[in-house]
Amino acid sequence: MGTTAPRNKWVAARIRPYTLTGGRTRVRHELFVETIISVPHYDPALRDSLMPESRELYELARTMVSVAELSALLSIPLAVVRVLVSDLADYGAVVIHPTGYAYRHDRETLERILDGLNQLSI
Amino acid sequence: MGSINSPYEANPGPLPEDLMVSAKIVVAGGFGVGKTTFVGSVSQVPPLNTEAWMTTASENIDDIKQIGSKTTTTVAMDFGKLSLRRDLMLYLFGTPGQPRFWFMWDDLSRGALGAIVLVDPRRIDESFAAINYFENDSTVPFIVVVNLFNGDLPYRLEELREALALAPNVPLITCDARDRGSAVYALRELVSYTLALVDRPSSNQESLYRQGRRTARTLVD
Repeated sequence: MGTTAPRNKWVAARIRPYTLTGGRTRVRHELFVETIISVPHYDPALRDSLMPESRELYELARTMVSVAELSALLSIPLAVVRVLVSDLADYGAVVIHPTGYAYRHDRETLERILDGLNQLSI
Repeated sequence: MGSINSPYEANPGPLPEDLMVSAKIVVAGGFGVGKTTFVGSVSQVPPLNTEAWMTTASENIDDIKQIGSKTTTTVAMDFGKLSLRRDLMLYLFGTPGQPRFWFMWDDLSRGALGAIVLVDPRRIDESFAAINYFENDSTVPFIVVVNLFNGDLPYRLEELREALALAPNVPLITCDARDRGSAVYALRELVSYTLALVDRPSSNQESLYRQGRRTARTLVD
């Protein structure tokens, strides 16, 4: 508890990241690289009970963050981030937000995206 | 808590107040066609160090071990982000150019609203593989965007369409990837195209024939 791991621990320690996930590479939640997660109710006790990697992830997700960003910020491969996020979601510790894919046939959402692009200050 | 699972499991309905929808657009094309420039022009955040994404994940791919002596493989990919609304975030992902990272394309493009294939008009063959991919191996709608860099297009756009063996229904436009307005214009064209396809799903009937023509062209050149 309370140890701060170096950023490049994956390279430095030569630890195979999948040992963290018990060898699992499949997850129950569909997590795209752009899928955003967040912590709905931050719980310090839960935080302290987590493994270091999950704990860092939990801390970062206090503000909305995507799977791709988590991987880059924590220097953890995408596949491992997916497993860790999926586990946290099973506890209800993080919320998995919807992606545009769920709305790909939805005119209204696509129009809102187009409208958002139109309103960007160039 | 925990009631929100995968977007697959939930029927998309009206969004609760505190949810953020993330949409994704993929930027593809061969080496040096301007993917990094394009993503950098429109992104509201500085580039991320994306090398960790792939590290050790290549252990899944036996071929990589055979090809090189490296046991870990890193690759930098372009990443960009645009806040469109309070509850709407647009992500841009550049695809890695090297053929050995093509397995990564499936991961990156899965769930994308659309793809932009960038073409350098001086080296159009650099982008043949990307066009083939989105024509044949993906259901993601794509448009082709000619990156003019600082010059003019040396020939008519329709001549380029012919040279690319591009189906008439695939939008073909030009842009200057260095210019934010021009790059945003390309994004708008793509989303408009995706929107048009909602009512009119596309057919991939001709794609194999077109891929054949493209291959023949590469051999001639």
